[in-house]
Amino acid sequence: MKPPAFEYLAATSVEEAVAALAAGDGEAKVIAGGQSLVPMLNFRLLEPALLVDINKVPGLDFIEPDGNGLRVGALTRHHALETSELVQARFPVLSEAMRHVAHLAIRNRGTIGGSLSHGDPAAELPMMAVLLDATLVLTGENGAREMAARDFFEGALATALGDDELVTEIRIPALPAGSGWGFEEVAQRSGDFAMAATAATVSFDGAAAGEVRLALMGVGEVPLRIDAAETSLSGSMFDETAMDQAVAAVDDAIDPMSDLHASADYRRHLAKALTRRVLQAAWQRAKGERP
Amino acid sequence: MSARHEIKLTVNGAVREASVEPRLLLADFLRENLNLTGTHVGCEHGVCGACTVLMDGGSVRSCLCFAVQADGAEIETVESFGGMDELSPLQQKFREHHALQCGFCTPGMLVTCTDLLEKYPLATDDEIREGLSGNICRCTGYENIVRAMRAAVTERDNERHEASS
Ligand SMILES: Cc1cc2nc3c(=O)[nH]c(=O)nc-3n(C[C@H](O)[C@H](O)[C@H](O)COP(=O)(O)OP(=O)(O)OC[C@H]3O[C@@H](n4cnc5c(N)ncnc54)[C@H](O)[C@@H]3O)c2cc1C
Ligand code: FES
Ligand code: FES
Repeated sequence: MKPPAFEYLAATSVEEAVAALAAGDGEAKVIAGGQSLVPMLNFRLLEPALLVDINKVPGLDFIEPDGNGLRVGALTRHHALETSELVQARFPVLSEAMRHVAHLAIRNRGTIGGSLSHGDPAAELPMMAVLLDATLVLTGENGAREMAARDFFEGALATALGDDELVTEIRIPALPAGSGWGFEEVAQRSGDFAMAATAATVSFDGAAAGEVRLALMGVGEVPLRIDAAETSLSGSMFDETAMDQAVAAVDDAIDPMSDLHASADYRRHLAKALTRRVLQAAWQRAKGERP
Repeated sequence: MSARHEIKLTVNGAVREASVEPRLLLADFLRENLNLTGTHVGCEHGVCGACTVLMDGGSVRSCLCFAVQADGAEIETVESFGGMDELSPLQQKFREHHALQCGFCTPGMLVTCTDLLEKYPLATDDEIREGLSGNICRCTGYENIVRAMRAAVTERDNERHEASS
């Protein structure tokens, strides 16, 4: 349970970090919070020749307004996102989700860039990025490119990130004014990775639901948005029939796996039950009621 | 053999300098190099919480951090909390409420509790339990740890109340 030997570089700029990654020819790895990487090193699941530490790179740790949305730097710690007043005011669904990420000591150290780059199918942040239509900024030797979160996650622990690229920032566009939200997760113990989780946002135009978004995780290799459910609920009053249709759309769209934490059947059951709960909560909040 | 790195950090108030291999975990640096064996090592993958220390004031897993990354940091371990004759107020609560048996989890529990008291209201026992969920204890069944924490929260809140009035 001790990590293999590696060389170590504490980068002091994004340019230095990406140059070292490029020179490493696939044998170099970024280390940010280390909360996913170091367990893998301790288990010797990885043997990188070089670790490029980005903890001392200035300018990557920020939470800033961007219009009515947000820009968040990749080195922002989970605990900072969890407790940010700006996040709480603009994206309360994100504050709620962050409270479910691991334990305080891990949230103190783990970074949002690390969680997104790691791409764990049971991690909250990738699902939130997909729910909130976030854009990731990826920086490599040839400069920065932007990618929608929905295109970034390619499979379990697989993303569109190049070997020599860093996630440097995530941008979250504003939600429709007054959007309600819901977040639900079931894990075996508090702080464990989720067996399944769902999140929703709903806007209300005074007569019916406006924009509806529904995301799930733990029920496939990547976080999912359920387009069919969103379309059928938009314009509805979230009556029984509309809700049943949305849950049926979730049933159709997901393909959960069995593993030692939960069976596929149980995950499917959770996905449907939690969908109903988050939609109900989001709808009530959109109408100004307390769920 | 990879290149060694010179590090300089503050541990329990004392400046320490060392030359370390990059793969040396902070937990092993504290225990093996500095002889601070109060920090325990259970799982070495972040799950048990026994190795939790304060780094620049926040609780972190010392098994998931390399010593070389602690260059320039301020580390506090359980040894800084109080001694046999002079228990810290939190240690005193653990003693009064029998919040330990074998004591293996206790250093990590104390460090975690210190950070939780700093950062969260802990208004309910559920909130305390949630806060302690990343620290595994095989002896106590947790009840007495929750009681000790409840007492510490009450004391903290009284002190805050007095300070503000
Ligand atoms: C006990 C335990 C419980 C946990 N429970 C949860 C949970 O419930 N939910 C959850 O979401 N997570 C959980 N985690 C994981 C935690 O959230 C990690 O912090 C997170 O997944 C990785 O972030 P990091 O900064 O620590 O990244 P690291 O561990 O440093 O890196 C992870 C991966 O991302 C790469 N990387 C890191 N930063 C960047 C970057 N900026 N650009 C490009 N690549 C980068 C690294 O090379 C590595 O491949 C848990 C971890 C532990 C130890
Ligand atoms: S030894 Fe670090 S968490 Fe278990
Ligand atoms: S007192 Fe023995 S493990 Fe907690």
